[in-house]
Amino acid sequence: MSFFDLQGTLKPLTALKQFGKKPHTLKDIPWKKREASDRYRGLHFNDLDECIGCGNCSTICQNAAIDMIHLEGIEGKKGDSGLRPRVDNGRCCWCALCVEVCPTGSLSLTKDYIYVTEDPDAFLWTPGVDNPDGAERKSFVSDKDHSLNDFNRIPMPELEGKERVKSFAEVVLGYNEQQAREEASRCISCGICTEVCPDHMHIPEYINAIASGNDKDAVKIIYDNNPLPEMCGKVCTRRCEDVCAIATRGDSVAIRWLKRYATETAATADLTHEIVNPEIKEANGKTVGIIGAGPSGLTAAYYLALRGYDVTIYEASAKAGGATMYGIPKYRLPIESLDKQIGYIQSIGVKINFNTKVGKDISFKEIYDKYDTVFMGVGFPDAWPLGVDGDDAKGSMQAFRYLYMINAGDKVDIGDKVVVVGGGNVAIDAARVSRRFGAEVTILYRRRVADMPADWEEIEGAEDEGVHIIPQGIPTKIHKDDKGHVTGIEYLKAKMVADDKGGRPRPVAIEGSETILEATAVMAAIGQMGDYSFLPKEFEDKIKIERGRFVVNEKQQTGDPKVFAGGDAVNRTADAISAIADGFRACKAIDEYLSK
Amino acid sequence: MREKATTIYLGPQHPGITGNMMVRLKVIGDTIVSAQTEVGYLHRAFEKLQERRNWLQGFTLMCRFCVPESDPMENVYARSVEAIDGREVPERGKYIRVMVLELARIATQLMWYAGQNGSLGLYTMGQWSIGDRDYILDLFEELTGGRVYHMYQWPGGVRRDLPEGFTDKVLRTLDYLEKRLKDYDDLMFANSIFQKRTQGVGIVPKENIIEHGVVGPVLRGAGIRSDIRIDEPYEVYDKLDFEIPTQEGSDIWARALVRRAEVHQSIRIIRQVIDQMPSGEYFNKFPNPLKWIVPAGDAYVRVESGRGEVGFYAVSDGTIHPRRMHLRGAAYVHAITLLESILPGQNIADVSAIMNSLGTCAPEIER
Repeated sequence: MSFFDLQGTLKPLTALKQFGKKPHTLKDIPWKKREASDRYRGLHFNDLDECIGCGNCSTICQNAAIDMIHLEGIEGKKGDSGLRPRVDNGRCCWCALCVEVCPTGSLSLTKDYIYVTEDPDAFLWTPGVDNPDGAERKSFVSDKDHSLNDFNRIPMPELEGKERVKSFAEVVLGYNEQQAREEASRCISCGICTEVCPDHMHIPEYINAIASGNDKDAVKIIYDNNPLPEMCGKVCTRRCEDVCAIATRGDSVAIRWLKRYATETAATADLTHEIVNPEIKEANGKTVGIIGAGPSGLTAAYYLALRGYDVTIYEASAKAGGATMYGIPKYRLPIESLDKQIGYIQSIGVKINFNTKVGKDISFKEIYDKYDTVFMGVGFPDAWPLGVDGDDAKGSMQAFRYLYMINAGDKVDIGDKVVVVGGGNVAIDAARVSRRFGAEVTILYRRRVADMPADWEEIEGAEDEGVHIIPQGIPTKIHKDDKGHVTGIEYLKAKMVADDKGGRPRPVAIEGSETILEATAVMAAIGQMGDYSFLPKEFEDKIKIERGRFVVNEKQQTGDPKVFAGGDAVNRTADAISAIADGFRACKAIDEYLSK
Repeated sequence: MREKATTIYLGPQHPGITGNMMVRLKVIGDTIVSAQTEVGYLHRAFEKLQERRNWLQGFTLMCRFCVPESDPMENVYARSVEAIDGREVPERGKYIRVMVLELARIATQLMWYAGQNGSLGLYTMGQWSIGDRDYILDLFEELTGGRVYHMYQWPGGVRRDLPEGFTDKVLRTLDYLEKRLKDYDDLMFANSIFQKRTQGVGIVPKENIIEHGVVGPVLRGAGIRSDIRIDEPYEVYDKLDFEIPTQEGSDIWARALVRRAEVHQSIRIIRQVIDQMPSGEYFNKFPNPLKWIVPAGDAYVRVESGRGEVGFYAVSDGTIHPRRMHLRGAAYVHAITLLESILPGQNIADVSAIMNSLGTCAPEIER
């Protein structure tokens, strides 16, 4: 190569042909803002109404750029923490993982990428508040197809409908280990469920333990504030699942089934004792008398015994468990399961006097005088009658009573055509039990199926087993034959009328729509009530009763400071988990009361 | 009289240094007597940080290992996790990944065009190639939502499918680039200044190549045909037809020719990818990232980046966090031991050009 290379000098000069051309990238800038792409990851936007404040965005953010804060005008409610994300744009790396894991899909990134302000705090950006018009500029969004949340629940293995009605074998078969791990790993640990659980169980924690393969830890965590967890794992009303963040766009995490899985790994009372390894404080010499071995009584007893109290329970029936023993059919909650849990409670020193009805075998006064405090978990042992003409016919009965007798091993003559009136879990239970005795079963309910207070899985289960449901039917009369036996039930069809006060629609009977259903037995499942006849007058005045329930303060304490109460006889929700919560609260209050 | 050596500090802030690092030069006149590299200005502990993040969160850090070329880093992370977790990637996902990797290679080489010429004072080339690189960044923005930090390839596939009409845009951009490469040749390779400043400069002695663990265009510029895409094909490279260009000189000029040829090969690969790309799924969903447990095990995967082989070692102890993550990039050896060994005898004015030619990327050295 010579020193002067002609080609090497002239060729680069061809660059001059670019002279005067507009630059590649500038074009209209800075006069016109460049439009970002349809997927651009710019400033955040949050739909404040859709957001439930689960905080999953904050959890996944590896830069700790997202805080959950209170915003004026947004209050916490069931299924909504009331918090909303605030992004520190100085820390954000625009990875958009917050968007990918948002269960509601409310969070997105926008096309906006320029934000100029003199305010140094403007780094703190509350999506949706600082850019209320951001919805129109959304670009990086997480729809259901792209979300990293797992919206599909692992199906629970169950007996086939036809198989089920042949016996009282448990219908739900339970998750195996792999299914439980997979289901548990769907949980995002937001804890919105914990707020709604009456007992505030440590749901994210035990699900986390299951997901990471530590079933024993899960059992220990569960027993922290629930001594009847396997029962809850089988039959809880699981309000937690109604508010599950994943349920906003998919199936809720099967919280109940996961609890069931964990507790079933502790197969016996001894094994439960070994796993939970309870720390029982030294006896403090103080005594507590408990009336009723239902969920609330057993809970108070268990946690009081752990705290060193001498606890004695008086139970009218031959077995403990209260309504969970006698009110729930065995295909949902087998006796062995309850026995195991109660056996464990007894193993830590709780004494239970069975077949001892207070007011008959022992007086309330005696218990009151004998113990330092008294807890009443007496439940609602009586059921409302239907209250229509012919209610007194043979074969007309209360569903709750029917379930009690079946669970106690008694025989009940129901014939081959049963009509159950009501739409709650008791109605469904009575119907499904009757199916197991071979009867043709119809449920008559005042409102629509969608309005039924029963668990949707129970309703589906009943339908699978061949129970026929007649919605919008108001019973008016029970027909009987000469011998006073039920022959049928007459009802009026109803139309739903919107409630002026904003309540749920009311059923109103349609005149002239009388229909008669043939029946050999009619069961009323329209609610239960308390029986407080065991209370002497002097106590009844002191321990106030209003609208059929004991009046208690926030510590479950009645008008008599020495007497506490819980369970169905106190709270309106009338479910096992509320009763357990009552018992747990009462335990703390009794401990406080006796430690003074 | 013997001349006394003077110490010159090149960097850590210097336009000729790619990223923050320093080279301490001992010079006599303008000839280098010895060189010592000093790093530590950029250490952000990415590997350590990943141990505290879950298996998903770690992936967003990968693009920061080498800012101008983030996609190979994302690729090794994804593939290492997939290897331990036994997670398959759908075929379409693999094709999209190859497209992204090759677009990234072109973008890297365009960036190199700018750096290599800039270090020699030939700035026009840089303005052109950086401008053209922006067309590729436009494609990335449309595909991934980010221009530079793409965060697009993750374990199990890619984050989003191709947007509608995307492949047409890619093909148009490739056609445009092919035309532009001719302009580049006129301005750069035909330029006698460029030739004189690069031929015979920054020679990597062939006998030292194995000793230093040299990879990528530097290795191929020394006449050795080695490329992970051929030697240990990943994704769908075994289904694609392309060549591995080599040159003999082992100087800056030879390496420049290799890179120039690689851009052409990348264009060829992307066209095949678009041709062959199947429809269907692009992502095999992993479990809820907050509870995703990757079974205990380890994996070492390699990828051919624009600057050479990038290796990534991932270790899991069966929890939701990685136990150890380690990245070994081309720059680690090129810009430290190799650079120190070849600088003596070179001219001060050539240091930046040599560093660019070796594919120095300071953030990749310090993880």
